[in-house]
Amino acid sequence: MDFSLTAENLAYRDRVRAIVAETVTPDVVDRMHTTGTFNSPELNLALARAGLVERAVPGLGKGDPIELYILFNELEKAGAPFDGLAIALMIAGVVQAVGTDEQKQRILPTITSGEALVCMGYSEPDNGSDLANIKTRAVRDGDEWVINGAKMWTTMAHEASWVILLTRTDPELPPRRGLTMFILPMDTPGITVDPVHTMATERTNATYYDDVRVGDEAVLGAVNGGWATMMVALSFERGVMGGTNPGVALLRHFADWAAESGLVESPTCRERLARMAIDNHVATLLTQRSAWIAASGGQAGLEGSITKVFAVEAYQKAARWCQEMAGPAGLLQFHQPGAAAGGFVDYDARHSPVTTIYGGTTEINRNNIAERHLGLPKAR
Amino acid sequence: MTVELGLSADQEAIAELFDGFFAKESPVSVARAAEPLGFDRDLWGKVVELGAPGMGSAESAGGGGASLSDLVLVAEAVGRSIAPVPLVDHLAALGVLDDPDLVAGDALAGVAVRPADADGVWRLVPVGAVTDVVVGVDGDDLVAVRSAPPMAAPLNHGSAPLADRSARQGDRRVLGPAAAFQPVLDRWKVLTAASLVGISEAALRMGVEYVMAREQFGVPIGSFQSVQHGLADLPVLIDGGRMLTHKAAWALDRAEPAADDWRLNDIEDGSTLASMAFLFTSEGAAEATHRSLHYHGGYGFSEEYDIQLLYRRARGWSLVLGDPADEHLQLADRLFGPVEA
Repeated sequence: MDFSLTAENLAYRDRVRAIVAETVTPDVVDRMHTTGTFNSPELNLALARAGLVERAVPGLGKGDPIELYILFNELEKAGAPFDGLAIALMIAGVVQAVGTDEQKQRILPTITSGEALVCMGYSEPDNGSDLANIKTRAVRDGDEWVINGAKMWTTMAHEASWVILLTRTDPELPPRRGLTMFILPMDTPGITVDPVHTMATERTNATYYDDVRVGDEAVLGAVNGGWATMMVALSFERGVMGGTNPGVALLRHFADWAAESGLVESPTCRERLARMAIDNHVATLLTQRSAWIAASGGQAGLEGSITKVFAVEAYQKAARWCQEMAGPAGLLQFHQPGAAAGGFVDYDARHSPVTTIYGGTTEINRNNIAERHLGLPKAR
Repeated sequence: MTVELGLSADQEAIAELFDGFFAKESPVSVARAAEPLGFDRDLWGKVVELGAPGMGSAESAGGGGASLSDLVLVAEAVGRSIAPVPLVDHLAALGVLDDPDLVAGDALAGVAVRPADADGVWRLVPVGAVTDVVVGVDGDDLVAVRSAPPMAAPLNHGSAPLADRSARQGDRRVLGPAAAFQPVLDRWKVLTAASLVGISEAALRMGVEYVMAREQFGVPIGSFQSVQHGLADLPVLIDGGRMLTHKAAWALDRAEPAADDWRLNDIEDGSTLASMAFLFTSEGAAEATHRSLHYHGGYGFSEEYDIQLLYRRARGWSLVLGDPADEHLQLADRLFGPVEA
C-alpha cells in the first residue's frame, strides 16, 4: 500500500487550500451560520475560474476521484460552506453519466461556471428512507409531462437554478420500476418553495409541484429508469464528496479553546482530544479508500456505507464530549461573550444529530452492510 | 508514488500463504489445547520451517528482508487463528536483534513493553514465559538479556505466556540508549494491532456463522434486524483498524521521517500512527469479541464455545501494555504538545 499523494495531487491540494484561504473568510463562515445557507458564491466562482469545478465533475473533467476526495476533504476541514457546491457537482456527475448530449450542453456549463446550484427532490413528506414508494406523479400529456407532488428536504431550493426530481410515472409497475428522474429549471411555473428551518440554523426547504409542465428534454435517464439514475446519484453521495470528516474542524476549534481556557491540562480532556484525533484519521482513511476504489474503476457503495456509519457516529460522540467538557460555556451560541470555541461547541452539538439521518440513515447503511458484506438475510 | 490502497501481488501471496498455513496448522482447537501457557512448541517448529521468524530480518543477517507492511499480513493471520506462538513479539524484537539462532527461529525473542522496575525486573513480559531473549528498557539503556525462560506463566485472562524476567541476570547486552527502544515498541504496537484486527475478523465470522445457524422463534436469529445491526458495526471497526494499521506500517517503512499536523488531520509520523493503530484496534477487538459472544447467547459464555477464547485474547494481547488511558495521554502529548508542569 502507498498512502502518499503524487506531486500533482499535492499541487492540486495547494491550489484548493489557497482558494479556500482567500475566499472562506471568517465573514463568509459567519454568514453561513447566520443565514443557514451553506453555500458561498465567492468560493464557487473562485474554484470555477481556476477550472477546478469542471475538473471535479465525475466523468467530465479530469475524472480523478482522488482529486475529488482532496477537494471536499479540504473544504470540510476548513469548515467551509460547501453544501451548494457538493450537490451541484454530484448532480453534474449524474447528468454527465446518464444525460443526453443536449442536456449536457444545456446544463453542465451553468454548473461548471460556478453559477448554477442544484437541489435534490427525492424525499417526500411521507417517504424518507423508503424512497421507492414516493408519490409525486409525472403524467404524460401529449408531448409533455405534468408533475404534481411535494418534496421534503430540498436543500438549496431557494438558491438553485435546477431541481433533480424523482417521480412516479407508472404506478402499475413494482415500486422501483415505475420511477422516472427529471431535471428542470427551478423557475418552471408551478414550483413553490417553503423554507424549513432547523435547530442548527441550517435552512432547508419543502418544495411543491403543481401542474408543472416539462418536455422530454427534462427526463434524466430512461423513462421508468429513475431508480437506476437515483443509484448513480447515491453512489456519489455516499462516496467522497464531503460529510465524512466533520470532526476535524470541531477538534481544531475545541482544542484551540481548550488551550486558551486551560482545560487542555485536564487528563480527561487530553484523552478525549487524542480519541477525536484517532477517529478523525480513521474517517479520512476510510474516505480515501472509497476514492481509491472509485479511482480503480470500482463503486464504493458498501465502503461508503461503512465510512459514513463510522464518521458521523464518531462526530456525534465528539460533539457531546466537547459540550460536556466545556460546561455552561458550551451552551453559548455564536457571538455570545464567553461562548466555548466562539460558539462552535454549541453549534456542533446542534448540527451533529442530522448527520446520522441525511444522505442515508445509519440504519439504512447498517442494512446495507449486513446484507451485502455479512450476507445476512434482508430484514425490514 | 500515488495513493494505492490495495495489496501488491507479493503481499497477496504472503497473506494467502500465512492464512492458509494457520488455518491448516492452527485451527482454534490448537489454541485451546495449548492453554493455559499459550505456547505450542510443535506449531512453532512449523512456523520455523516456513521461515517466518526471520522474515523481517535483513537478508545480510540470513533473514527474508520483508518490510513491516508485509509482516502486518502475517500478524493478522496469527490473530485470525489465535495461534499459540509468540510470532508477533518475536518479529517485533527482531527489529533490533539479529542473532543467527533468533533469525532462524531456533531461539525465541520477546519484547518487554514496559521498562524494568527499580529491582531490574521486567514485570509480566507479554511472551516472557517462553522466550530465550527479552529486549527492553532498563534505566537509561536498551538492553537484550538472554536467559532460560521459566516455561510457566501465572494463570491469566488471555492464556498468554506472561512472565517476569530479569533485565540484569543472564547474558546481558546493551544495545543503545533507552530512546532506541521506540522503534521496537512501534513495531510491537503495529504488529499487535494487526493481530487484533485478525481476532476481530475471526470473531465477526464466528458470530455471523452462529446467528445464521441458531434458530429461535422458528427463524435464524441472524434474520433479526437488531442482531444484524449489532454485527454490522463490526466491519466498520475492522476496516478502520486495518487501514490505520497499514498506514502505520507504511509510515514506519518509509526512510524519511514525516511530521504530523493535527490541525489539518495530516498524520504522517510512524510512531503517532502506531499508537493510534494500537489504541483503535484494541478497542475494536474488545468490542467485536464482546458483541459476537453476546449474540452466541449463553453458549458464548460457556467454555465449550470458541468465542470466549477470542474474547479473552482480545483483552490479554492489548492490556499487557498498560491502561489505554495512559497511551491516549502520551498520544495527546505527541499531537498537542505536553502539558507544562
